[in-house]
Amino acid sequence: MNTETQTFKGVGTPATRLYGLMAIVALGWVFLGGLFFTPEDAVQGDAVRIMYVHVPTAWIAYLAFIVTGVASACWMIGKKHSMGFDRVAGASAEVGVLFMAMTLLSGSLWGRITWGTYWVWDPRLTTTAFLFVTYIGYLAVRGLGGTAQQRARRSSVIALLAVLEIPLVHFSVVLWRSLHQRATVLSPDGDIKMDGIMLFTLLFGVFGFSVLFAWLVSHRQRIMAMQDAQQTTAIDVAVAERLKEAQA
Amino acid sequence: MSMSTSRIARAVAAKDLRIELRSRVVTNQVLPFSGLVMVMFAFALDNDDVLQRTAGGLVWLATLFSLFILVQRTFAVETYDGALDSLRVAGVNPQGIFIGKSAALFVQLLMLESVLFIAAVVLYRVNVNGSGAVLLVTCILCATAGLAFVGTLYGGLTAGARGRETLLPLLLLPVVAPVLICATRATESAFRSGGVTVGEGWPWVAVLAVFAAVFGLGGLLSFGSLIEE
Amino acid sequence: MNHAGFIIATYGVTFGVIIGLVVYTIKQGRNLSRTVADKDKPWT
Repeated sequence: MNTETQTFKGVGTPATRLYGLMAIVALGWVFLGGLFFTPEDAVQGDAVRIMYVHVPTAWIAYLAFIVTGVASACWMIGKKHSMGFDRVAGASAEVGVLFMAMTLLSGSLWGRITWGTYWVWDPRLTTTAFLFVTYIGYLAVRGLGGTAQQRARRSSVIALLAVLEIPLVHFSVVLWRSLHQRATVLSPDGDIKMDGIMLFTLLFGVFGFSVLFAWLVSHRQRIMAMQDAQQTTAIDVAVAERLKEAQA
Repeated sequence: MSMSTSRIARAVAAKDLRIELRSRVVTNQVLPFSGLVMVMFAFALDNDDVLQRTAGGLVWLATLFSLFILVQRTFAVETYDGALDSLRVAGVNPQGIFIGKSAALFVQLLMLESVLFIAAVVLYRVNVNGSGAVLLVTCILCATAGLAFVGTLYGGLTAGARGRETLLPLLLLPVVAPVLICATRATESAFRSGGVTVGEGWPWVAVLAVFAAVFGLGGLLSFGSLIEE
Repeated sequence: MNHAGFIIATYGVTFGVIIGLVVYTIKQGRNLSRTVADKDKPWT
């Protein structure tokens, strides 16, 4: 169908190609610099190398959920209920869940080295875990089926309820932990003395992961747009066939 | 023909409770189930001191497990003969439906919890004194209101969706985690388990009240767009 | 390198997942744009 109008072979545009290129350069540096070029830390030794991927992935994971919340609010407030906002919200949550999983994994490996344990019941970690599960639920709601409008309405409500839920979870975990003996753990990225190349690698990593996020979200929301269009076309075709049957 | 929100709420709540009263599913199935959960906890922990110490948390866990069943039931009644659709098509105020269904759920949960707390006194040997009882009742009321609101909210969302039986716990559990934390701590204070005093329980009840208020308001604002398809 | 296993696992998983997601996204985009008309591609 429509093979003659087929001119664009993918979802890339000059802008996303630029982001992609920047992401490749920056992430290439993080990989080589983080593993080989940067020195070890005086206190943490080689374990500090985990920071160069852990901190940027954590940043992207939180950023993704902020984007999802804001885009859902925009969808709901906007008079036109523009589907673009819904797709950005969904694409951002997909990327966020994956990055959150990587953050939790690299964080617990780092914690095993520096704290001697994979997990501590610290409010920041616990809230992060809840954020992860909540957005898995959000994606499950997006997958419930129905029209794109139904999906947008349901998922925007869920995203905004999550914005209510997460502070409550965080607050009650803070209150819960403050009763127990204060966990004597240091924040993992605390007492690290950063020299020039370490700081540069960290900041360049944050930059690289941010452009990667932009690339992923723009591509994935375009894919979602095509999937929605495909579904609409399929429905139109089915309706046309039924009409023909009825007339015959 | 617009009925006032409170009249709709009362009608919906009365209808739900009447259905439960007639079908006896709550008394004949959900209550025995949660009682069994309490017994199973005793098997798993296998220590009288630990049971006494953790009784508060176990009661609230059993309540949460039963909450999923109750929420699924209260919306199964609505969807299987398209009752929710008829209400929607008839233009019934969704806020009235939300309040009514929350109220019915609230009453069923309260009934369940009172049985569970009696079971805790009998099976787990906890003691409650006068001031502890005041704290406990306030805690139960605030926690149950919060549970009823979020249960109705997420139940309405998953009603009629494929795979809702598995989706509902996934969505609800993270949301009710603050209720579990706060209600458990307040209940432990009321039971004075592990040396905590009754007075230490009240800040937790405050968080429970905030939770109920936030999700009550959130439900009023969003329930309409959740059930409208 | 101390704790080499942990560090390599972290880098391996992080970069592996990213590369996997990027490849999957590009493939999915190409496959879909073969069947979808240009008018449904608002970015073009």
